Amino acid sequence: MTANKMKPIIGMEVHVELDTESKMFCECSAEHFRVKPNSHICPVCTGLPGALPVPNEEAIERTIMIGLALGCQINRASKFDRKHYFYPDLPKGYQISQYDLPFCYEGKMKLSNGKEIGITRVHLEEDTGKLSHKNGVSLIDYNRSGVPLVEIVSEPDIESAAEAKEYLKLLRNTVRFLGVSDADMEKGSMRLEANISVMMDDNWPEYKVEVKNVNSFRYIELAIEYEIERQKKVLLMGKVPRQETRGWSLNGKKTVVQRVKEEAKDYRYFPEPDIPVIELSQKQVDEIETKIALLPIKVRDDLQDKGVRKQFTDKVIEDRNLAEYVLELVRMGEDKKIKADDLVSLVVNKDVDWRKLKPAEVIDEYQKKNNREYLSAEQTEEFVDRVIEENESAVSDYRKGKGNAIQFLLGQAMKLSQGKVNPELVMKLIREKLV
Amino acid sequence: MLKRTFSQIRDLYRKGEASVAEVVSESFVEIKKVNQRLNVFLTTNEEQAIATALKMDDEWKKNKTVLNQPLWGMPVAYKDMFLTKGLRTTAGSKVLENYIPPYSATVVDRLEEVGMIRMGKLNQDAWAHGASGENSDYGPTKNPINEAYVPGGSSSGSAAAVAAGLVPVATGTDTGGSIRQPASFCGVVGFKPTYGRVSRYGIVAMASSLDSIGHITTCVEDAALVLEATAGEDKHDANTKGAEKYKARLEEFDLKGMKIGVPREYLEPVKNTEVRENVKQVMKMIEEVGAEVVEVSLPHTEEAISVYYIIQPAEVSSNLARYDGIRYGNKREVFGAEAKRRIMMGTYILSAGYYDAYYKTALKVRTLIKQDFDNVFEKVDLLLTPVSPTPAFKLGEKTNDPLEMYLSDVFTVTANIAGIPGISLPSGMSKNGLPLAVQLLADRNNEEKLLGAAYQVEKNLK
Repeated sequence: MTANKMKPIIGMEVHVELDTESKMFCECSAEHFRVKPNSHICPVCTGLPGALPVPNEEAIERTIMIGLALGCQINRASKFDRKHYFYPDLPKGYQISQYDLPFCYEGKMKLSNGKEIGITRVHLEEDTGKLSHKNGVSLIDYNRSGVPLVEIVSEPDIESAAEAKEYLKLLRNTVRFLGVSDADMEKGSMRLEANISVMMDDNWPEYKVEVKNVNSFRYIELAIEYEIERQKKVLLMGKVPRQETRGWSLNGKKTVVQRVKEEAKDYRYFPEPDIPVIELSQKQVDEIETKIALLPIKVRDDLQDKGVRKQFTDKVIEDRNLAEYVLELVRMGEDKKIKADDLVSLVVNKDVDWRKLKPAEVIDEYQKKNNREYLSAEQTEEFVDRVIEENESAVSDYRKGKGNAIQFLLGQAMKLSQGKVNPELVMKLIREKLV
Repeated sequence: MLKRTFSQIRDLYRKGEASVAEVVSESFVEIKKVNQRLNVFLTTNEEQAIATALKMDDEWKKNKTVLNQPLWGMPVAYKDMFLTKGLRTTAGSKVLENYIPPYSATVVDRLEEVGMIRMGKLNQDAWAHGASGENSDYGPTKNPINEAYVPGGSSSGSAAAVAAGLVPVATGTDTGGSIRQPASFCGVVGFKPTYGRVSRYGIVAMASSLDSIGHITTCVEDAALVLEATAGEDKHDANTKGAEKYKARLEEFDLKGMKIGVPREYLEPVKNTEVRENVKQVMKMIEEVGAEVVEVSLPHTEEAISVYYIIQPAEVSSNLARYDGIRYGNKREVFGAEAKRRIMMGTYILSAGYYDAYYKTALKVRTLIKQDFDNVFEKVDLLLTPVSPTPAFKLGEKTNDPLEMYLSDVFTVTANIAGIPGISLPSGMSKNGLPLAVQLLADRNNEEKLLGAAYQVEKNLK
């Protein structure tokens, strides 16, 4: 009997808290981590009678930045919708979110092996308050209520826990590079949700299991791995895994049921009448795009093209300042024909403290390490004189102002000396002599 | 009855015939005399109002120019949908029986900033659900003209307060006619602006895309002056973005040369002969003054009530979700029957499987109704219609059939659906002594023309 063909089908839903000054629909400070409970609240974010939402334009801009960074299309006319359900931390009895006209849709994220994970949509909504339970009493802190939250939904293109982890890391790094959120899972400013199914024999799965409340890359990877195996076992028994929500149990090192989803909730979505349709001109979208300076995927690809190994690029793209530094370092190294991977290795392996040294200094360190013995100044000058003598046309070109001529002369000097002359010294001498 | 206009009160001040404190105390004496019977005020603000009035009298002594502000020293009462900081606000419901808001509505702030004095909070149909005042959780308000009759609703206390001369102006909300209809039942002026012209911030939301914030006064000039203070963009209300302030330019508009349309769909169904004759009389008067009166058609009028009773309960059910008794207010069991009815209807309308058939379809027809008005206003300046198919009805007459109550909104809901401004003007009395009224409607953002023409109609009706 042939083995059944089983393929994991995984989609990720990630929520990112934006780092704006004020909340999504009111002027309260969006700061809520370690702040005295209910000290950043107002009628709007506590759902008092008569309160009305006024959208935070910066939050909208940041959402579009995220969408553009993920290669999304931008809806030039977009709207908010009301999503209704009851929970004590939801003061209005509905959340203002986006339903069928999200700001961004149809993007993609390229993994380092070239595989593209589709991004279904990127939309904007407000966060809820926070419940805590003490001595049999439930307390609600509304400081977090109304904080802007961006939801990024992927297509179910992910096929393994490793791919999921890479996707999540890239997403986190992208958001951090944009400077729109600190995307910190421990602080709750980045929240993960995995939807996991296993396809058997090309039959699209009729169920999916949601894994939530996991706040580290390591645990989500373990949880997904566990889930895939668990589901495979169920399927092989001829049964269908139950549609439910599960969490990760640290002690048991397994996923455990949190909530059984019998049917999809009816949120009774309808367009938010208190907020007019948001219309964006192409010019506005273009302006937002110019604010995107550097992206981790581009850094990764550039470095990879230059031969830097994956485990290094992974580390480099975790920190935007580091990435900018490394790009500069590698570029300078290129001029001196030093291998990019060698230079990055120095930084990543902490052989040099990049925060304390300028890139030029790192290159010096490298060259010292490789015991590069240059010829003496006199010897160098001899070669330079010879080169100038033997290359009249290049010299005359240089004097005419053709900048490339000096590179040619340097090349000649390197050739003659079998690479033993210090290029910087050569350039200096050429310039002095050909004044 | 002490019915006075702003101008008359201002004269008292200017001539030294009364101080602000005297006008205010006198009003409270009158309020106390009638309130037990008429049930107009739910909460009064006597102590604070008199303290404010005394301060204002001091100010007036030092600086006579304060009287150049047209609303300075004028008493105002607010429909209990308007949040007033520190003063109980109930929306006519037992859910908010003890609710003291921590902030005031923008309209309240704007009126009090220009010198108006907060007299108290007015009775209404609970949550503004009603057209008679009989849905108040605090007992119905009686019509001061004849106490066996309803004052109309949902701004029942507002219309009664002005009609009984207790205050020269009372604010209201108009979602389907709740300012215009009670004003018509009580013989006073009821004004509804363009949707989004006046901020809704701090006013209990009924149906967010239909709620319009207006007021009831004894005359058109006073309505215009109040609009001057309340209109204009508010950073707390996204739908007021770009809203202009309003400048009363009443004398600039002449009825002569205006084209007034009378939609056949609003006149033909009126079975009450007195109402019909009254509208025709007003038409005749307008023609005599030099305006042209033409018949027009608003073909989708018949669908309007259905559209309204789909969109409105849907939005109501959503807006009432916050009253969960957790942060403020009493538990949801305390909601009255009409509120429960609308919450259930609205939830059903928005539910999966029904949303497309009801809500989405209603939105489409809403656009058609808007287009009817857009088309008609290309041909005429204003529309003239009855306000209600009948004058005030007796207490208890329609309470057995909620549907019949809904149908009395038929001439007023269209203005909310299309977002246009409208005004209800007293135009006579019925044989058994009940007020009759007519409605003028204008295109969006045409309050100047509307009030200007209304001013002329009012003059000519006297």
